Amino acid sequence: MKVAVRVIPCLDVKDGRVVKGTHFRDLRDAGDPVELASRYGSEGADELTFLDISASEQGRATTLEMVKRCAEQIFIPLTVGGGIRSKEDVDRLLRAGADKVSVNTAAIIRPELIDEIASTFGSQVLVVSVDARRESSQSSGFEVTTHGGRQSAGRDALSWAKEASERGAGEVLLNSMDADGTRDGFDLEMISLFRQELSLPLIASGGAGKIEDFPRAVEAGADAVLAASVFHFGTVSIDAAKRSIAAAGQIVRLPSQD
Amino acid sequence: MSGTSKTAVLDYGSGNIRSVERALATTGSSVVITSDFEVAVNADGLVVPGVGAFGQCMTGLRAIRGDEIVAERLRRGRPTLGLCVGLQILFQCSTESAGVQGLAIFEEGIERIPASILPHMGWNLVDAAPGSRLFDGVEDERFYFVHSYGRLQQQSNAALPDYLPSWSEHGARFLAALEFGSLSATQFHPEKSGDAGLHLLENWVRSWR
Repeated sequence: MKVAVRVIPCLDVKDGRVVKGTHFRDLRDAGDPVELASRYGSEGADELTFLDISASEQGRATTLEMVKRCAEQIFIPLTVGGGIRSKEDVDRLLRAGADKVSVNTAAIIRPELIDEIASTFGSQVLVVSVDARRESSQSSGFEVTTHGGRQSAGRDALSWAKEASERGAGEVLLNSMDADGTRDGFDLEMISLFRQELSLPLIASGGAGKIEDFPRAVEAGADAVLAASVFHFGTVSIDAAKRSIAAAGQIVRLPSQD
Repeated sequence: MSGTSKTAVLDYGSGNIRSVERALATTGSSVVITSDFEVAVNADGLVVPGVGAFGQCMTGLRAIRGDEIVAERLRRGRPTLGLCVGLQILFQCSTESAGVQGLAIFEEGIERIPASILPHMGWNLVDAAPGSRLFDGVEDERFYFVHSYGRLQQQSNAALPDYLPSWSEHGARFLAALEFGSLSATQFHPEKSGDAGLHLLENWVRSWR
């Protein structure tokens, strides 16, 4: 009896539409978030993640409405991230139907945000998203970045993840900025290093391009694997990703036989 | 019973209860979210959700006399379903919140799960109790858990008559669900467990409708 590896499609949402680009640039339209949420729910996604990359207040308001409509479509956990700076932001999203929130830049700027969210809503609602890239001057070999990978935060990604864990994060979403959007596979070295050093669940993200990438990330130590464009554009189905993880001897949740 | 049964979801400031409401609505039951004493006591079925820490939940629950609501429903044999921390608070205490008294329907404590990775987060199997009505037809399915504390099997000495424990495992075996007369509870979130969770909620509603 063992908890299953989770396969999580991620919707990057800008002004009410799902978009996908390389390194957060050259964004392409990938569809309607509500339609995609519904599709992934019925295709056996274990959770759904919704990242708001809107830059404007109006975009954020649209997103809140989208979160509500997505939450109505599915009976699996929904994580929402993007632009969360306060407990009030978290409260608004939970009330809109999110089960968890993911914080990133705002927590790096003001780490106490993690303590505040965890002590008010519990660690289980809080995913700390770490956008990491290779940087040999950092002791772990990885640095953390902010603003969607555009700026260096000037600190070690692993030590930041450990601090986030101690402050009360419930999970770490480890996103490789080097691999993101390349479809060359997950950063296995990074996953393995973080898995050894952290005692909370680790979601691997960035770089999924083909079916074989998923079991490799799991073997490297990921408790969950997250991807966007390969799922949106139909390169890999949720079911195919799960079956390849199962074929490698890992446990996944498959639809019942009846 | 004729007509539509009424299920109340107890609102005491705990988490995403809209999803509990929506999931229950799929069973055909009419659902109200309430913190009103009379409404909660008199509903055909009552769901007591719970997220966050044990102590916080007990504080929130007591603020709306939720402890009395649950006790009164038990006394009258009315169906009550606890979810997640809503299972844990049925016990006497938890090492998560030292000094806080739970509802103490069961005289045992909740402890931190001895696992290398916590929280226990994701879809896991359950060893359903023989004769369980909750798990009828979904014995082999996975359910969505997210918690770091639980009732450990090795410390358990519950030998109450009619007490049906179902177990799961993460680092150690822990209580995944219990059925005890009109009282049921699950450590996992049926409202987040896809079709299997909806089936389980339907089983619960059907057991008393």
